[in-house]
Amino acid sequence: MEYFLELFLGGMTRGSIYALIALGYTMVYGIIGLINFAHGEIYMIGAFTALITASVLTIFGLNPFAILVLAGLAAVVYSSAYGFTIEKVAYKPLRNAPRLSPLISAIGMSIFLQNYVLLAQTSDFMPFPNLIPEFAFMEPWAHIIGSSEIVILAVTAVAMVLLTLLIKFTRIGKAMRATAQDRKMAMLVGVNINRVISVTFIIGSSLAAIGGLLIASHIGQINFYIGFIAGIKAFTAAVLGGIGSIPGAVLGSFVLGWTESFATGYISSDYEDVFAFSLLVLILIFRPAGILGRSESKKV
Amino acid sequence: MKPILTVDKLSMDFGGLRALDRLDLEINTGEIVALIGPNGAGKSTFFNCITGIYLPTGGDVYLTPPHGRKKIINGLKPNQVTKKGMARTFQNIRLFTEMTVLENIMIGRHCRTKASILGAVFKGPGTIREEKEIVEDSYRILVKIGLADSVNMKATNLPYGAQRRLEIGRALATEPFLLLLDEPAAGMNPMETKELDDLIISLRDEGMAILLIEHDMKLVMSLSSRIYVMDYGKKIAQGTPVEIRNNPKVIKAYLGTEN
Amino acid sequence: MFFVNEIKKSLLISCWFIFLTFPIMVIRINPYEEIVDYRWNNLILVGVGSFILSLVGRAVQRRREKIGQNDTDQTAGSTFRIATKMYVPLVALSVLVICCFPFVFSTYQTNIMTTALIYVVLGLGLNIVVGLAGLLDLGYVAFYAVGAYSYALLNYHFGLGFWTVLPIGAGLGALFGILLGFPVLRLRGDYLAIVTLGFGEIIRLILENWNDFSFGPSGIANIPRPSFFGMEMSLQAATIYIYFLMVGLAVFTVFVVNRLQHSRIGRAWIALREDEIACQAMGIDKTKTKLTAFALGATWAGMMGVVFAAKTTFINPASFTFLESAIILSIVVLGGMGSILGVIIAAFILILLPEYLRAFSDYRMLLFGATMVMMMVFRPQGLVAPRRRCYQFRKTDDPAAGIK
Repeated sequence: MEYFLELFLGGMTRGSIYALIALGYTMVYGIIGLINFAHGEIYMIGAFTALITASVLTIFGLNPFAILVLAGLAAVVYSSAYGFTIEKVAYKPLRNAPRLSPLISAIGMSIFLQNYVLLAQTSDFMPFPNLIPEFAFMEPWAHIIGSSEIVILAVTAVAMVLLTLLIKFTRIGKAMRATAQDRKMAMLVGVNINRVISVTFIIGSSLAAIGGLLIASHIGQINFYIGFIAGIKAFTAAVLGGIGSIPGAVLGSFVLGWTESFATGYISSDYEDVFAFSLLVLILIFRPAGILGRSESKKV
Repeated sequence: MKPILTVDKLSMDFGGLRALDRLDLEINTGEIVALIGPNGAGKSTFFNCITGIYLPTGGDVYLTPPHGRKKIINGLKPNQVTKKGMARTFQNIRLFTEMTVLENIMIGRHCRTKASILGAVFKGPGTIREEKEIVEDSYRILVKIGLADSVNMKATNLPYGAQRRLEIGRALATEPFLLLLDEPAAGMNPMETKELDDLIISLRDEGMAILLIEHDMKLVMSLSSRIYVMDYGKKIAQGTPVEIRNNPKVIKAYLGTEN
Repeated sequence: MFFVNEIKKSLLISCWFIFLTFPIMVIRINPYEEIVDYRWNNLILVGVGSFILSLVGRAVQRRREKIGQNDTDQTAGSTFRIATKMYVPLVALSVLVICCFPFVFSTYQTNIMTTALIYVVLGLGLNIVVGLAGLLDLGYVAFYAVGAYSYALLNYHFGLGFWTVLPIGAGLGALFGILLGFPVLRLRGDYLAIVTLGFGEIIRLILENWNDFSFGPSGIANIPRPSFFGMEMSLQAATIYIYFLMVGLAVFTVFVVNRLQHSRIGRAWIALREDEIACQAMGIDKTKTKLTAFALGATWAGMMGVVFAAKTTFINPASFTFLESAIILSIVVLGGMGSILGVIIAAFILILLPEYLRAFSDYRMLLFGATMVMMMVFRPQGLVAPRRRCYQFRKTDDPAAGIK
């Protein structure tokens, strides 16, 4: 039973990270219908920025909490800046191109960013300082769930609530929903499409950066390649929940997190990634609309 | 005269919306029939249902080739329907824009030819002959629709009216005995409409049956031998042009009630 | 005035990129010794580089807009058109170079050339799937792996030779193409891309983990080189032999793809790429047509896998990562989707350039990624835009006038 609980909470932690990344995929897909292949790299860059900031600040001798906040801030700012720039450079010029063109551009961008970090930094795994302190009150449950896992769950929950509020109640949130429904119509009633798209990329990237910071701190090491696998898994989660749907992305992420956690815990850990990829393939073949998505009817 | 197309109580639901409601329709050999109705009446949905793009939720569609037996065709895929002898055009032109005018027609010949991969690679005498026939047949169609001068032009560079005619030509290349035209005159100037009018009549004279959706009432009244009128997915009237013109229900559907 | 404006804008962009790349380009942490290394010269590099690139990009865009207003068609067709007069000498020259190459240059060079030729064929094979039929296949390397492992394993267990396995590898590639293609080909374009990517990774992960079957990450060594009527050959002779074998296979591929492209099936592929619904309404079986393209592409990958295994005599799953698929895809994208000549040129550029310009080799994947983005943004039709075949008829109503 305790093992089950451990796997359950472990899966939930994984799911939270996937959710933070999957939201970026699903929001961008909802607005411009593009699988932003480079999104995983945004998350990786977030993690690297946090690592670099934290390391520099540690040498300056700041206190750990200040480091955590500043590193998080740097990760969010830089990831957003990258997300914003990528959209302007690689996707905006292709808005009216055939559907596959921006996807190929996104794949190119993903490869470019991976190698950019590889060349400018290192191909080795970098140790990531554990920025999240061990809480004393967690002591009795430490064998089931660690402090950093609690922080991950809490931060994810707060991020979800904030995002929901933003989309439901703010002006830009309304504009985003309108654009997702019908871009042309939104444009006609005066929504600034370019701004909406930029904001979408910025929000998605910020969430990914938070995910990057948390997971790097939890696992303790990063390299240039973490974005690729995490990206594909988060995309799987987004599709699983129904791409374009925000609650769907969260639900799909938890389902994927649990699937992986239980499958590796009870079956075999060698095939960890195979489970995720198989789930992806099966979902796309048998229910491409996902759990919460509506099936698209083709217009003739 | 036996009908070549028989539609029996065809219905189509999208979620809760009933786009087609038990629609009956018949077309006989060599006649031009028009399907009219206000925007959103379900005309294009009707086309999509009988050509296999949508799977109708109720009712049956039968096709009777001139020298064949009556066969049910609902549930068939669009390409199988075309192969049975019913070809169509689209309301929003769907040409293969990057291909040349001739090649667009040649695509239409696909389902009447049969060169395989091996045939294409080894290019035996059979394949060469077939390929030559495809080109010649396609050219003949281009002459017929008056586009012989733009053989090697990219389809997207044709003027609008010519694109519509090329779409008809492409459908003709599949050797249909029944041709479905979805608003063929939309956006055409009077000159182009006149040419289209002549083309449709010449096709009828060759023995082809034609079902057209059209908003240009002058064209509809002058061409068609019978007219069906739809509104809100239902058939509200059918008859000769004269009967339709004086049908109060039709007038009401188009103009609304006075009060 | 206009020029000053452009410079101002470019300066702004350059500042933005300096800010953007600052932490990753300038700061490097040595985590074990807690030393921070500041590389300020990178800052200057980024600043100047982005300034120039932005200026050039703007100029290109402006020119394109100007031309675009006049005639959009001309820009697509007017590039890289080789005059017919030059055609024969050019072909003769290339034949001469190809034939003499292994006798003039070292074994090492010949080996590189053979690799480039393998990529030419892989590019042409993927070109059928992506370029002609418009199906974005990101797991192409899976079929390459199928071919390579079928040779390695069939040879290891049953002692089958290269020439026996070559058709078997091609056949297995096709079989896998059909098996994988059948369930996924009804998916929309972008989903298809992701599913094929997933399949590719699954196959690699299985090869990596199923030790009993594939010998896991350590791979299979001592795979025999192709035999020449059972003769033993020196390493040099074998290299030259494989080189000519690849030349032969490349010529064969060009021949077949060219024939296919201008056949009834090839036209159906292109039509399918352009408009699926219209294509079906023209009586073309969507599933069957897609499946033929997918399976044919896989056939070539399977065949090349066999050659690859025989050439390197050692394979392991690391040779079949997603990046390999991405390299082949960037060959197709750079060359021009659907253009045979373009794919050949692109394969040589992308494979040989990093080999001969050693300075480039570290930046290889960086450049591949950048190439894909730049091509999509600035030249989506590729280096050599595919040309449609022209037909000529005499100006009579008699259509039997003949075909050019």
